[in-house]
Amino acid sequence: MTLDEAKKREMLRQMYSIRAFEEMAEQLYAMGKIHGTMHLSIGMEASAVGAIAALRPDDLILSTHRGHGHCIAKGADLNRMMAEFIGKETGYCRGRGGSMHIADIEGGNLGANGVVAGGVPIAVGVGLSLKMQKRDQIILCFFGDGAANLGPFHEALNMAAIWSLPVVYVCENNQYAMSFHVRKAFAIERISDRATAYGMPGETVDGNDVLAVYEAVSKGIERARAGQGPSLIENVTYRWRGHSRSDINRYRTKEEIESWQEKCPIKRFRKHLLDEGVLTGEEIDRIKEEAYTAIDAAVEFSEASPDPDLKTIEEGVYA
Amino acid sequence: MRELTYSEAIREALRQEMLRDDRVFIIGEDVGVYGGAFGVTLGLVEEFGEERVIDTPISELGIAGAITGAALTGMRPVGEIMFMDFITLASEQVVNQAAKIRFMFGGKAAVPFVLRTPAGSGTGAAAQHSQSLENWFVHIPGLKVVMPSTPYDVKGLLIASIHDDNPVIFIEHKLLYRTKGPVPEEPYTIPLSVAEVKREGQDLTIVATSVMVTRALEAAEQLAQEGIEVEVVDPRTLKPLDEETIVRSVMKTGRALIVHEACQTGGYGAELAAVIAGSEAFDYLEAPIRRLAGRDIPIPYNRYLEYHTVPQVENIVAASRELIRRGA
Repeated sequence: MTLDEAKKREMLRQMYSIRAFEEMAEQLYAMGKIHGTMHLSIGMEASAVGAIAALRPDDLILSTHRGHGHCIAKGADLNRMMAEFIGKETGYCRGRGGSMHIADIEGGNLGANGVVAGGVPIAVGVGLSLKMQKRDQIILCFFGDGAANLGPFHEALNMAAIWSLPVVYVCENNQYAMSFHVRKAFAIERISDRATAYGMPGETVDGNDVLAVYEAVSKGIERARAGQGPSLIENVTYRWRGHSRSDINRYRTKEEIESWQEKCPIKRFRKHLLDEGVLTGEEIDRIKEEAYTAIDAAVEFSEASPDPDLKTIEEGVYA
Repeated sequence: MRELTYSEAIREALRQEMLRDDRVFIIGEDVGVYGGAFGVTLGLVEEFGEERVIDTPISELGIAGAITGAALTGMRPVGEIMFMDFITLASEQVVNQAAKIRFMFGGKAAVPFVLRTPAGSGTGAAAQHSQSLENWFVHIPGLKVVMPSTPYDVKGLLIASIHDDNPVIFIEHKLLYRTKGPVPEEPYTIPLSVAEVKREGQDLTIVATSVMVTRALEAAEQLAQEGIEVEVVDPRTLKPLDEETIVRSVMKTGRALIVHEACQTGGYGAELAAVIAGSEAFDYLEAPIRRLAGRDIPIPYNRYLEYHTVPQVENIVAASRELIRRGA
């Protein structure tokens, strides 16, 4: 699959948008405006954008606790997303979910998830449902390296494989399950090697290369849509920030973080676009500026939005 | 009226719902040709095919995830967990995901599944195949918990549960599967959260669940010979509970005995007792509210020990007499 210029431009815009959203999230947190915690994916933008760019707009995703990038790449409205992050009634989940539970059901984002591997078995059900309804859609399920060591991963990948479900499993290996490094957590080199055990193809790609991610995920999607079953793609990447706000990076060095910052996925894609003559430096700067401006507007929208009304506190427990 | 067993009534409900609605399907361990560990789904795979009666690997959490994801995207799955004990393995998906999705997403999603599972002792299956874990799920907002006690109820409540837009934990009882009773042939629903007075009386209210309803009714027969008229109330849906029917009954009788099979500590009886004590029925009480429940021990294997672990008819009779005396 080749990407046209408009699509590449859109992918860059999304990457900046994610970066801008999360930098703002950090600022808002520092200013004491955020009630809960958050999990930032700064440095991992290529994984979210590359994978979701390979989907059709009507395809579905399941996301993770580190899900801002997935949500934006799936086309979320930034105002409603920011409002949810801040906990306002105008947010996607009316302020009930917050950072860890943003879902945009209409937009095909079936939700971030506060439980590691929580979405992995749900993808089986979604895949089964799509297949039974003969809907020509697929479900792309993100999870982290940590999730690959939970029981649900095993049950779900096996079930998706035996029933040839239209699922693409995308493992975002950002090197750490909180503080636990992949080298300590796995006796295997590549998480994607586990695919063989379930009878599905597995591929490990440079998760900071948005085009490589796009290509690998595209193959998985093609396969899933053709009724040939699931795939497991591992995007090797790195989170620049701590696991959550409580993390003071005791388990890794400044040098290690800096070495990965050298491999910034946005810088890399920017260079590609310049080298290929897709965009000029000025055009890129404008895209970046617009992304940051949109986030400022989203904050303004959110801060002007009302808190949920206490009278509605029990709404939505039951249908 | 025609009579069916409890398990035939479940099967008929499943069959009629699958005929009515293409979105309804069955998924669980050995639910296909084997018919489920208790034969409840026998014959359904032959009628509806393997695509709608889906055998799974031994993956309880996978089953719970499958019904959650399928329900979230337009299907009406009916999952089966072979023994309620194994729902522990599925609980992450049930408790953290299915129960919370709607609320967490601001009311913008629904998870309309039914998860059927047999609970209870009395079959010599010992500690890991005999538990009654209903109260774990009663404690989780977002779940409905249904516990039918008769063939008539099980059919109507199962159809209503399939129609319901929420995740429903549907708890059957192994000893009830072979019990018989009148069941209409046509599909019908019994609304969730509506209790039923199974026998009227004015001296004492027994609130009982599942197989304890059968035992309470038997006890009531015996007590009637002594001139004690017992009213037996079956909540049928534990969550959300029809408090009114129970409160009204206790206001009439002035005495309440609560009977369930699950361990007493932290059991549903505590909730029922608190509901009664906190209601206007309090002023009508002529004796303390009494709970009769399973001992706080795992279910033992030995037949004699197992029998004496959970309430039996004679225990209900004795507890009722005692309550009548206390209030006299």
